[in-house]
Amino acid sequence: MMWNEMIESMSREEMRKLQSYRLKNLVEHAYHNSPFYRKKMQEMDITPGDIQSIDDIVKLPFTVKQDLRDNYPFGLMAVPMSEIVRLHASSGTTGKPIVVGYTRKDLSMWSEVVSRCLIAYGATKNDIAQVSYGYGLFTGGLGAHSGIESIGGTVIPMSSGNTEKQISLMHDFGANILCCTPSYALYLAETIHASDIPLEEFKLRIGVFGAEPWTENMRKELEDKLHIKAYDIYGLTEICGPGVGGECQCQNGTHIWEDHFFPEIVDPVTMQPVAPGEQGELVFTTLTKEGMPMIRYRTRDLTSLHYETCDCGRTAVRMGRILGRSDDMLIIRGVNVFPSQVESVLLEMPEFEPHYFIVVDRVNNTDTFQVQVELRPEFYSDEMNKMLTLRKKIAARMQSVIGIQPEIKIMEPRSIERSMGKAKHVEDRRKLY
Amino acid sequence: MIAKQLSIFLENKKGRFTEVAKILGESGINMTAFTVAENSDFGILRLIVSDTEKAIAVLRERLYGVSVTDVVCLRCPNIPGSLGKAMDIITNAGVFVEYMYAFSEGDTANVIIRPDNLEKCVEVLQANKLELLAASDLYKL
Repeated sequence: MMWNEMIESMSREEMRKLQSYRLKNLVEHAYHNSPFYRKKMQEMDITPGDIQSIDDIVKLPFTVKQDLRDNYPFGLMAVPMSEIVRLHASSGTTGKPIVVGYTRKDLSMWSEVVSRCLIAYGATKNDIAQVSYGYGLFTGGLGAHSGIESIGGTVIPMSSGNTEKQISLMHDFGANILCCTPSYALYLAETIHASDIPLEEFKLRIGVFGAEPWTENMRKELEDKLHIKAYDIYGLTEICGPGVGGECQCQNGTHIWEDHFFPEIVDPVTMQPVAPGEQGELVFTTLTKEGMPMIRYRTRDLTSLHYETCDCGRTAVRMGRILGRSDDMLIIRGVNVFPSQVESVLLEMPEFEPHYFIVVDRVNNTDTFQVQVELRPEFYSDEMNKMLTLRKKIAARMQSVIGIQPEIKIMEPRSIERSMGKAKHVEDRRKLY
Repeated sequence: MIAKQLSIFLENKKGRFTEVAKILGESGINMTAFTVAENSDFGILRLIVSDTEKAIAVLRERLYGVSVTDVVCLRCPNIPGSLGKAMDIITNAGVFVEYMYAFSEGDTANVIIRPDNLEKCVEVLQANKLELLAASDLYKL
């Protein structure tokens, strides 16, 4: 089933025509209505007339997160504020938050793309969906919400937090679909297993997980623990929020709705496009957004794009797993370390819980790299040797996956903080500036 | 003959043992014997208590990592050479002792042993007429 079959299964050639047409309109719109983009294009000596097809996109300047901060709050809006009907903002743990504005048409496009994701997961109007993404400035809650309403499903607008109540309503209302971050889903699963309610009494069948990178092992864990099919929903606030892309039932890559969001992969150092299928930084251009268009926005997400037609019949390009956000990347003793690598090791070792916390510090001019982990309850042993062997085993495995060996600290059960939204996995105590 | 020992995982930080002692105390559970194996990060508190099942329940409820291990309690005279004699028997039978700890009460010494082969350990000790303390008696000490 497809929500918009014509678009989702359009031939590559037709899609490029549509993208070319829309890019031309976008550049016209941005040039004439956004002083920010006009200035950038003038600096590079480009006028809208230079953009004749989607191939010309490489002539356009990149946009980065700092541009949004520098123009806080409304400097990147390309329509009068009277046309903006909604604002969202990212949490902004460093510096000012990032603000995005939507016109009425932008909101309807957003609910269209979330609808495509939901239908691709196999959701129907008969489903009851519990939205446990945060509602509010965060795009997750309201983004998922409008997509579910759009396909005619029933929304339980739970928002995040209050785990006990989440579980009792999920049970009592017979929710079929759970929308939240994968780390919160894991916490909900643990809480369900620790509760008096047997898993069989829940009706969950689909998980819509996103807002943080996750791994194939994590998918397996969630599917096993909740008896669901777990699907990725991809998005970022700057582009619109969740729904920029979603997986289909083949679970073989995240389809990007490229009639609205044109993806490119570039080498993060040279900024040149890479060959199809190769890894690099994901860059998006919002082909249809009115309120706050993004031209060649650097997501910092590292991934790859695959253009072969999917077994589901969709021609929409598929994005591979996010290998990491270049923002999340830690450089420890000169080695690039992604928290997702730590997670993938934990998920492949049955002795350990998937929860972790990384502490990086600098002692005597050398980086220290500590990973705090928990054992599954049955693996806490009376024998010191067994415990030390386990510690050695995981340290060696991490060394082979990451390239440097962390100091492993085994913690008491459930002492690592479980997250309600995006998990905080890292504390970098190095004072480098 | 075979007694249950609890092993509790404790991070090496202030007050962890105190908390366990308090939890057990408030639940009316007495500790018969205990020992701690530790390294710089964590310790393993091994203990024998008056009510094993109840202790497991209250500790797990507080999210402690608790495991249960079968051990044997050797009872021997509290005089020079008596432990050496018993250990000879165990070692000569090819049984390896993972760890052990002891406490004495007057003329008698109690040695809690965690061998790699529990059945064989019990068998050779009994064959050599050494006294093993019944679990129910151990819990009551």
